Amino acid sequence: MSNIKYILGSFGDPDEMLHGIEKLQENNIAIYDVYTPMPIHGIEAKLGVKRSRLDIAAFFFGITGTITMLTGVYLATAVDWPVNIGGKTHFALPDFIPITFELTILFCAFGLVGSYYASTHLFPGRAPRVMDLRATDDRFIIAIDAKQNTEHDKIDELLKGAGALEVKHNERKYLSYE
Amino acid sequence: MGTHHYNLSEQFEFTGKAKTLSIVGIVIGILTIAYGLFFNHEHAHAMHERTYANLLLMGYYFACVCMSATFFLAVQFVAQAGWSASILRVPQAMAKNLPLAAIILIAIITAGLFTHNLYHHWADPALLDKNSDSYDKLIDGKSAFLNIPFFLTRQFLFLGSYSIFSYFVTKWSYNEDLSGGLESYRKSFKFSCVFLVIYGFTTPVFAFDTIMSLEAHWFSTMFGWYNFASMWVSTLAIIAIVIILLKKAGYMSWVNNSHLHNLGQFIFGFSIFWTYVWFAQFLLIYYANMSEETVYFYKRFNSYEFWFYLNLVLNFLSPLLLLMDRDNKRSINILLTVSIIVVCGHWVDYYQMIMPGVFEFGPKDGSGFGILEIGIAAGFVGLFTYTTLSALSKKPLVAKNHPFLQESLHHQL
Repeated sequence: MSNIKYILGSFGDPDEMLHGIEKLQENNIAIYDVYTPMPIHGIEAKLGVKRSRLDIAAFFFGITGTITMLTGVYLATAVDWPVNIGGKTHFALPDFIPITFELTILFCAFGLVGSYYASTHLFPGRAPRVMDLRATDDRFIIAIDAKQNTEHDKIDELLKGAGALEVKHNERKYLSYE
Repeated sequence: MGTHHYNLSEQFEFTGKAKTLSIVGIVIGILTIAYGLFFNHEHAHAMHERTYANLLLMGYYFACVCMSATFFLAVQFVAQAGWSASILRVPQAMAKNLPLAAIILIAIITAGLFTHNLYHHWADPALLDKNSDSYDKLIDGKSAFLNIPFFLTRQFLFLGSYSIFSYFVTKWSYNEDLSGGLESYRKSFKFSCVFLVIYGFTTPVFAFDTIMSLEAHWFSTMFGWYNFASMWVSTLAIIAIVIILLKKAGYMSWVNNSHLHNLGQFIFGFSIFWTYVWFAQFLLIYYANMSEETVYFYKRFNSYEFWFYLNLVLNFLSPLLLLMDRDNKRSINILLTVSIIVVCGHWVDYYQMIMPGVFEFGPKDGSGFGILEIGIAAGFVGLFTYTTLSALSKKPLVAKNHPFLQESLHHQL
C-alpha cells in the first residue's frame, strides 16, 4: 500500500498538455484537475467542467440590494419621517432609482467577492492551496488522484509519452507556502 | 480547436428577393412622399409638416446609422479588437453609405427650412424683430448660434468630416486585401484616434442642431448623449441583423455564437446605457424642480403618452429581459428578434423626440401614425438595404489580410 496521493504531470507546453489530457481520457483515467499559468481556450469543454453558476448568484445578490434599498427608503421617507420635498409624494420613486441602482451594484459586487473567496478557499491571511508551485509560473500541470487510479506505471508512461517534462508522485495533496 | 477551412474570398450576391423587396420599399417611399406633399389634402399644411417631420426622422435615422457604423469601425481599430476582424465588412458597407445619407439629410433639412419652416421655433425672422408682436427674447439670445447659415454650415462640417473618415477607412481596408501588410492597419488606427475625438465632441452638437432645436426654447445637456446612445445601439442592432440574415442565407460561415454573444452584450449594455441617459435627462429636471424645463415632458406625457411608455418598453424592458441570459445572447433567433425590436424601438424613440416639436398637441394638431409614417420608413429601409447590400456585394465578405483575422476566426467566449 503506497502513500502516494496525487500524481502530477508537469508539461512545458500547453499543446503537449492537451495531448496528455486526450491520452489519459482515451485510457479512461479520471483527471482530478489541471493547473495552468494562463487561460487555455476550450479546456473547460475538454475536461467537462460545468459552467460557473456565478451569474445566477450575481442576480440574487443584486436583487437583494434592490429590495433592501427600496424597503429602507420607503420606511425612512414614507413611514418613519415623511417630509414634503418640493410638493412631491413622500415615496417619490424617480428620486430613489439612482441610489437603488448603486445598492444593487454594491450588493452584487460584495456578494461576488465573498462567493469567490468562499469557493476558492481564499481569504486574507490564509496560505493558498497549491499542488505545484510552478503551475503559477511556467508549467502546465495535470493532477491525477492516485488512490482512485491505481495503475501508476501506466499513468507515468502516458504522461511521459505525451511530453511531460517531469512526473511527481506526491504524498501530500497541497504544498503550501508555510 | 480543429482546423477551420473557410472560403475567405466569399462574395455576397445581391439578387433575388432581397433586391426586389428593397426596390419595392424605395418605390413605396417615393409614392408616400409624393402623396404627402402633392396630394390635395383637406389640411394641406399639417400634412406637409407631417411629411417633413417623417422625412427628418428617417433621414436622421439613416445618417445616424451610417455615422455610427463608422464609429464602430473606429472603436474596433482604436481598441485593437480582434474578435470583430471577420465581421468588419458589414459596418464598412454601412459606412460607405454615409456620403449619400449625409446628402439626403442635408437636402431634407434645407427643403424643410425653406419650404415649410420645419424649425419654426427659431428659424422665423419675425422672432428676432424687436418691433414684431412675435418677438422672442430667448430665441434672440440664441440667434448667434441658431441662425440658418451657421446651422447649415455645421451640418456640412459634421457630416462632411464623418464622410471623409468613412471614405478613407473603407478604402484602406480594400487596399489591405490587395497588398497585405500592416500599412493600412496602422493608418486606420491613427486616423481612428483622431476621428473618435472629433466624433465625440461633435455628435452632441449635431443632435442639438438636428433634433433638439425643433423645440428651441427647451434644452438639456444630456440630449446629445441620449441621441448618441440611441444611434449607437440601433446601429449595433442593425449590424447584428445584417450578419444574422447573411448567415441564415448561407454566407459568413465563420461567424459563430461567440461573435453573436459579443454583439448581444453590446446591444444589452448600450440599451442599459440608453436608459440611463434617457432617465438622467428626466431626473435632473424632476429632482431639481426646474419648472421651466418641464414643458418637454409635459407635451410627451399629455399628447404622446402611449409613445412615451412604448419607447421604454421596447428599448429598455425587452433587451433587459430577453438578453440578460447568456444562452439568449448566443441564440441566433432570440438575438435577431431583440435586434428587430430595438431597431423599431429607436424609431419610436426618434418619433417621440421629433413629433411633439412639430405637433405640440399630438393627433389634435395633425400628427399620428398611418400611411405616411409606415411608407416613409419603408422607403428608407429599402434605400438602406439596397445601398448597403450593393456595397457589400462588391468586395469579399471578409478582409482577408486583416492582422487580427485569425483571432476572430477562432473567437471563443
